[in-house]
Amino acid sequence: MKHKRVLLLTLVSVVLLAFGCAAFAADTLVVGFSQIGAESGWRTAETESVISAAKDLGIDLKFSDAQQKQENQISAIRAFIAQGVDGILLAPVVETGWEPVLTEAKEAGIPVILLDRGITVADESLYVCKITSDFIFEGEQAAKWTAAELGGKGNVVQLQGTPGASAAIERQKGFEDELAKTPDIKILESQTGDFTMELGKQVMEAFLKKYGNDIDVVYAHNDDMGLGAVQAIKEAGLKPGADIKLITVDATKAAFEAMVAGEVNAVVECNPLLGPLAFETLKKALAGEKLDKWIVQVDQVFTKDQAASVIGSRKY
Amino acid sequence: MRQKLPDVLRSPYFWSLLFLAALLIFNILFTERFGVIEVRDGHFYGNIMDILRRSVPTVLLGTGMTLVIATGGIDLSVGAVIAVSGAIGALLARDGYPLPVIIALPLAAALISGVWNGFLVAKIGIQPFVATLILMVSGRGIAQLLCGGQIIKFSDPSFEYISAGFILGFPFSMYLAAAVLAAVQTVTRKTALGLFIESIGVNPAASRCVGINATSIKLIVYAFSGLCAGIAGLLLTTEIRGADANNVGLNLEMDAILATVIGGTAMTGGKFYLAGSVIGALIIQTLTTTILARGVTRPATLVVKAIVVISISLIQSSVFRSQLSGLLAGRGGRA
Repeated sequence: MKHKRVLLLTLVSVVLLAFGCAAFAADTLVVGFSQIGAESGWRTAETESVISAAKDLGIDLKFSDAQQKQENQISAIRAFIAQGVDGILLAPVVETGWEPVLTEAKEAGIPVILLDRGITVADESLYVCKITSDFIFEGEQAAKWTAAELGGKGNVVQLQGTPGASAAIERQKGFEDELAKTPDIKILESQTGDFTMELGKQVMEAFLKKYGNDIDVVYAHNDDMGLGAVQAIKEAGLKPGADIKLITVDATKAAFEAMVAGEVNAVVECNPLLGPLAFETLKKALAGEKLDKWIVQVDQVFTKDQAASVIGSRKY
Repeated sequence: MRQKLPDVLRSPYFWSLLFLAALLIFNILFTERFGVIEVRDGHFYGNIMDILRRSVPTVLLGTGMTLVIATGGIDLSVGAVIAVSGAIGALLARDGYPLPVIIALPLAAALISGVWNGFLVAKIGIQPFVATLILMVSGRGIAQLLCGGQIIKFSDPSFEYISAGFILGFPFSMYLAAAVLAAVQTVTRKTALGLFIESIGVNPAASRCVGINATSIKLIVYAFSGLCAGIAGLLLTTEIRGADANNVGLNLEMDAILATVIGGTAMTGGKFYLAGSVIGALIIQTLTTTILARGVTRPATLVVKAIVVISISLIQSSVFRSQLSGLLAGRGGRA
């Protein structure tokens, strides 16, 4: 009797194992994606890009929305590890505090790829690489456009993002360093508009009261603030895009619409459609390829003249 | 022997008005182009006009909040109600509904939110802080769901008039706030309602004994606070011609509470000062405009605001004032 039972058990295990291997051999990649939340149109576009890329590639995607909380992201990653996923995509809400959970992932042999933001960890081998835009590059692009548009002479005001956000710090640094090459262009003032339309408008109102027609170009760290500034300029009885020119970062559809209407002059793209690149990179990592620590999503500048022809193909 | 302060110094409006005046005078003297008022496109244009126009939402919220606080309660949900009302208004405006619908539905939603708060507080007996916290958290979520995580933009000149329109050179929203204030002042001071509200705040048990129906009065004040938030939501949404559910009205409940407290209404309930709350709202907006006009950096802004608020609150407190005058008298005696 006893022998028979052991035999049966062994048989069952072997069959199960065989099936398990068969499932594995079918090569359905299981990937966990811990997203920050859905706080902006930009992020929603990123989420959709990852979900649709997974569908196209036949990847089994486990999606988790952290609602802006790191603790939710950490527990999501633990759940992914427990489910034995093949890889993890992480859009980290903050820069620090990731060591413990990423160590667990590393010990489980699961590669982690960071999306759209970086993190600070002592041991960089805890993640494979980060795929983000280069905010400094974006700032430089804005400065180059500004310098060309003004012919090397004029006055600029800057609407900054949330204090401390890497996008705000680096978009400012890239812009100011590049603009320093044209000494006749002056930055009259910089003030934070917190990445929102409402504050962007309010800050621009104050700038207009102070400098009036002396402002030639407004540089906004994101589209929303720029669009707020457009309204402030209109209400001051001036023509945005003509009397005062605007360049913003992100290149959302709303900004393209404003460009078509002639109210914004140029946008620097910050592309959220990282899905395809993320999975391509993950596959390379699983195949054991050596990857750069930082894979840059290359962004470009669009101007008013191109807007009408490009707007149809914009996905966000 | 303790010196009595002269009556004028103990008036609830004296210190806040003094501070507001000092702030404005400082700005006119030392802040570049602050006092300049021009006529542009047929209306007045300048920093001082900005203060008036931009303080309207806080004035409205402060009016509702003052009545709520007078009953011994608090309404934390107003910021979220702003988001809900704005989201509904923007969606309707985007889809081209007629103006009465665009105005009425958001206000109805805001009123329902207020009634819900009042129901939780007055009927169920949940602590106001907790009861309104529920809507504070969920309301913004509802607004985000309505907007689908996007800023809902619209273009409807008749709807935008409420924040962009001008009558006789002054913004339409100012008249709106004045009308609401006048109505509240009349209803609370020309009828017994104001007295009932205060008596609930001072002593709920005694008010019940004399036959004041606390339940319905609380329902009314919370509903009214919701309605005020609804109007503020329409103003803030038309201001940027879009509903930004994540950001619109964020932390404005704190500004409304602050305006009320600066205005001399005590958090413990009881006597309330509507005019004080208006002055409070003006002070908050003047501070913000000052900071923007002078180009102070953001982190410094919060510190400045905190210092101002602490000083005004302290000076409003009769306990602090009597201790201070006692101290001064003591020092005078020794010299």
